Parts: sequence; C-alpha cells; structure tokens
Amino acid sequence: MARVEFNVDRCKGCELCTAFCPQKIIKLAEGINKMGYHPAAVEEMDKCTGCAICARVCPDCVITVYK
Amino acid sequence: MKVVFERPRALSDVTSHYCPGCTHGIIHRLVAEVIDELGILERTIGVASVGCSVLAYNYLECDWQQAAHGRAPAVATGIKRSLPDRVVFTYQGDGDLASIGTAEIVHAANRGERLTVIYVNNAIYGMTGGQMAPTTLEGQVTATTPLGRDVSRAGHPMRMAEMLATLPGVSYLARVAVNKPANIMRAKKAIKQAFMVQIDDLGFGMVEILSTCPTNWGLHPVKALEWVDEAMVPYYPLGEFKVPGEVKEE
Repeated sequence: MARVEFNVDRCKGCELCTAFCPQKIIKLAEGINKMGYHPAAVEEMDKCTGCAICARVCPDCVITVYK
Repeated sequence: MKVVFERPRALSDVTSHYCPGCTHGIIHRLVAEVIDELGILERTIGVASVGCSVLAYNYLECDWQQAAHGRAPAVATGIKRSLPDRVVFTYQGDGDLASIGTAEIVHAANRGERLTVIYVNNAIYGMTGGQMAPTTLEGQVTATTPLGRDVSRAGHPMRMAEMLATLPGVSYLARVAVNKPANIMRAKKAIKQAFMVQIDDLGFGMVEILSTCPTNWGLHPVKALEWVDEAMVPYYPLGEFKVPGEVKEE
C-alpha cells in the first residue's frame, strides 16, 4: 500500500511526473490552483507503488511519497 | 505507512520563481539532498551567480554570498581561503560560467581551489530572454540567432568540462543530465563526489549538469527533456572526465 501527496498550490502543471509515472496514474486536474495552473493529481491511488519516480523528477518538490 | 520521499531539510519550503518544468528545481533539490546526506548544512556557504539561478539563495538553507556576473569562483576562492573549514560551492549557469566568467572558472580550477562548482548548462541565456550563449548548439534558434547558430561567425559551442579536465588542479569533473530518473540519480552521485573531493581536500570539483529551458527553447517541459537526449548529449557527452583515486565513500 503506497500513497503520494501533492502540495497542490506549489504545482506548476509541467507534467514531468505524468510522463514518468510507470503506472500512468498521474493526470492534471480539471480545476486550477492558486497560481492558476492545473495541478497534478492521482485518481486511482490504489495503483500507486510508491516508487517515488514522480517525486524525483518534480522540479518543484511538490510530491511526498508514503509507503 | 512511512515517508519514503520528502523535501530535503536544506531545501527551503517556498515556491520557486522558475518556469514550469525548469530543471533548475531538480538540481537545487539534488544539491540539498547531498548537503543533508553529508551533514554539512551548518558549515556550507554557497556563492550565487547571475542568471535565473541568482535567487538560489532563497531556496537553499545554507549561507550565501551573491557574486558579480561570472565572478563566483573568485568570490568563493576568497571565502574558502579565509574560512577553510567551510564547504564552499558556486552555482552557475552557462551564461555566467562559460561566458563572462570564463577567466574566473579557468583560473580557480587551475589553482586547484578547494571549491565545488555546480555548472548548469541549458545552452541558452534564460533570464535575459533566450539569447545565444557560448554553449548554444550549432543551428540552434535563439532570440539572437533567428536562423540558427552559425559557427563560422559565432564559433562552436564550448565544452567546459573537457576544457577544464586538462588542468592538473581539477580533482573531480563530470558531466551529467537531469532529463530522466536514471540520469537524475547519476547526477546526484556526481554532485556528492564533487563535494567530497573538497571535504577530503583533494582539489577542485565540478559537475556540469545538462538542464532544460522549456520557455526559451519554445518546448513543452516533457519535450525539452527529450531534446536534451536528441540534441545536447551527442555534442556534450555524459560521463566522468576526471576522478581522484582516493575519494572515500562516506
């Protein structure tokens, strides 16, 4: 069981995490955050393996990974 | 459930001014992770350059000094020589290190100053609006080379790592990229080595890091990462150019 947590208002929607997630479960949300970007979000969290690749490629340190 | 990845302690808990997808953010985090792992935050002094990374002092929790454009290695030399027990590093872009600061970096390396240099090469001037840098690739379109860099007029892109590797004062020199997860891991290892040669008093350490500038390259951040592999790596090969025999793992 693993989980990722996004600091939503820090996300600039660059999509590097969505490109590298091996499970392809990260997508940009429809809504916008405080800065006006569509932030990254995970809908099917049960598929997360906690590999932390998303967090390692994130330029804004938005993601915390729990496992 | 326990935390397996979180913001390193040495990285400030603030929003950066960098554009979406700019890999400066990844490099800042790697430097912060290395500072944390080596336990040197309280005795580390960074010297910020001029360029997008001028505000690095807002993002890393160590002490900082801001240097004039290109002069970070000279300022760092002064700091290190007067405070030899501190860990001193510069964080410079290609417009800073490979252009206006060429003299300073060459001589600091040649003197074998006990410094660590984080050299971020994105083949363009980012902050000023995407003009040609000494590192801009042949044919690359920038604000000042609308038809692409013409090497018969502007010269060939400068390979700083190869150039500096010929100097005896240099102890560790590597070129890495941060365009995919495996490369990010290698980049962190290289940054750590460059700090360790300073801590072990072996000489000058530098890591050239191929980085992206999605805004001025006119590419989506994900496409910009691909461009590093397609265009930059063939001209700027990755690898270690100089490694000291006696660097100790911690």
